Amino acid sequence: MNRRKDSAYSGIPRWVVAIAAAGALFVLLPLAAMVARVNWPQFIPLVTSEASLTALGLSLRTAAASTVLCVLFGVPLALVLARGDFRGQRLLRSFVLLPLVLPPVVGGIALLYAFGRQGLLGRSLEIAGIQIAFSTTAVVLAQTFVALPFLVVSLEGALRSAGSRYEAVAATLGARPTTVLRRVTLPLVLPGLASGAVLSFARSLGEFGATLTFAGSLPGVTRTLPLEIYLQRETDADAAVALSLLLVVVAVVVVGLSYRGPAPAGSGSARSAGSAGNHGSVAP
Amino acid sequence: MTFTVDAALAARRFEVSLSLAPGETVAVLGPNGAGKSTLLAVIAGLLRPDTGRAEMNGRVLFELGAGVHTWTAPHRRGTALLAQDPLLFPHLSALENVAFGPRSVGVPKREARETARHWLAEVDAADLAARRPGELSGGQAQRVAAARALAVNPEVLLLDEPLSALDIHAAPLLRRLLKRVLAGRRAIIVTHDVLDAYMLADRVIVMEDGRIIEDGPTRDVLRRPRSRFAAGLAGLNLVSGTVTAAGIRSAEGLEFAGQHDGPLDAGQAGVAAFPPSAVSVFLGEAHGSPRNSFRVTVTDLEPHGDQIRVRAGELSADVTPAASADLGLAPGLAVYFVVKAAAVSIYPA
Repeated sequence: MNRRKDSAYSGIPRWVVAIAAAGALFVLLPLAAMVARVNWPQFIPLVTSEASLTALGLSLRTAAASTVLCVLFGVPLALVLARGDFRGQRLLRSFVLLPLVLPPVVGGIALLYAFGRQGLLGRSLEIAGIQIAFSTTAVVLAQTFVALPFLVVSLEGALRSAGSRYEAVAATLGARPTTVLRRVTLPLVLPGLASGAVLSFARSLGEFGATLTFAGSLPGVTRTLPLEIYLQRETDADAAVALSLLLVVVAVVVVGLSYRGPAPAGSGSARSAGSAGNHGSVAP
Repeated sequence: MTFTVDAALAARRFEVSLSLAPGETVAVLGPNGAGKSTLLAVIAGLLRPDTGRAEMNGRVLFELGAGVHTWTAPHRRGTALLAQDPLLFPHLSALENVAFGPRSVGVPKREARETARHWLAEVDAADLAARRPGELSGGQAQRVAAARALAVNPEVLLLDEPLSALDIHAAPLLRRLLKRVLAGRRAIIVTHDVLDAYMLADRVIVMEDGRIIEDGPTRDVLRRPRSRFAAGLAGLNLVSGTVTAAGIRSAEGLEFAGQHDGPLDAGQAGVAAFPPSAVSVFLGEAHGSPRNSFRVTVTDLEPHGDQIRVRAGELSADVTPAASADLGLAPGLAVYFVVKAAAVSIYPA
């Protein structure tokens, strides 16, 4: 492994570096413009107003809840997609990844027809006394719907690069499939799982379209920070900008703390798992 | 109390029938793609054959065929696999790696660690217990992997070229160690190295194209090989053909005079084996009997110990570098290979 200090040959043409710099600028410039527009003297009162804190609290709680749901559903899905071999596997993957390319508002409408009062499941739930649409639960469902693919994609990639050779060895040593999953598979892909969970959290935090459609915008119940920002923008641009900056900071902190990139090179276990994946499989 | 396996897998043209007595170690030899690893994967339960039956100590491992479908999952088979790559779980210490097997079958943590320490000591790796796999050398990692496989006390230990990834210093150490721990243990070892077969195995099978073509005690198979592959391992030239009164006639019509090894009938299928060191190389035809002399074209020259191995198609001869230079040997040159009849042994194919 070369240290970064070593001037090893990188093979990147200069014009590629130039375009990359332009691309980075394209992302940074709008953020800088927003920061420049912040009304600093009023910043603290703006972000600590009751409406703002309520929205922020709701956002953090619902994003955490939907991340938990993403892990609960996403880990089995990723395992089935990465390790399984069955008819309709590609179709299943396409459907699981669909929310990635679907406009969130379409997702919101779909959720409404599934869980809404007149929806497919909603009617039965209504009889059971459970109402989902336009509740905090709806916010969590909307966020899970759009964030789940991030976890599945990230984890499936990690599972594939780890390969199944360690699992085969563990099985020959007498470990039941559940033991293999708990003691071998999951520890090996932990970096991938962590980055997937962080991506899901970040995506949940920023969810807007599906939430607005399926959960509405009730203060304290379904009005998350992005919805609050959108509403404030109509009346109080300074507040919208301040809250936007807050959301950026939260996102940067979360991602910066735990996201280690798509190819987790930081941890030794992930590296050896990745390199071992190149040798092929024990079970040919 | 034997282990038997019968398995066929059409997609890999694999069809093998094998049985092992308790405590018997069998070496599986054969060219790449012969189905050696497939055999291990089928026994371990990592690969499902189309049809067949395997039984260990009266317990059915699998029985697949028309109307029957019994399948024991890999973790209930009592096999352990040691591959070329140690495949130590990178997130566990050496001790925890070795304790993994016992822990998986429900042995309490303390007891599993005791077992692990015992096996680490057994492979001279007690001092590596706390290390992570990333901190071990290739030889150390393979020793820990061997301890891990042994710690589950497998009814049959499967070794898939366990030494081939090791450097020349680490391999002899592990080979000695395997010799010690495999004594009295039922094991199947896939190998490319004839030394492994000699040192570790009681019996050798040679596979080719998914089938077993030779099976017998290690000494016999390597002393009297019947397949070209085994002959290559034993370092012998092998010519197959039909037994004649004086020797053997090859399919190409070449006559080989030799010593009949046991009673042979003319007309039966036989082989002639002779070491390359018994072959002399001449530029012109040599006379004198009883000698075998054939005109061949040199295909390759390669160093072989302190000799030069002269290859001519399937046959080879060993000459000194000086002789090679004197004769002006080079690929494409036509020469005569001469071998004394006394050096050629003829036996049934």
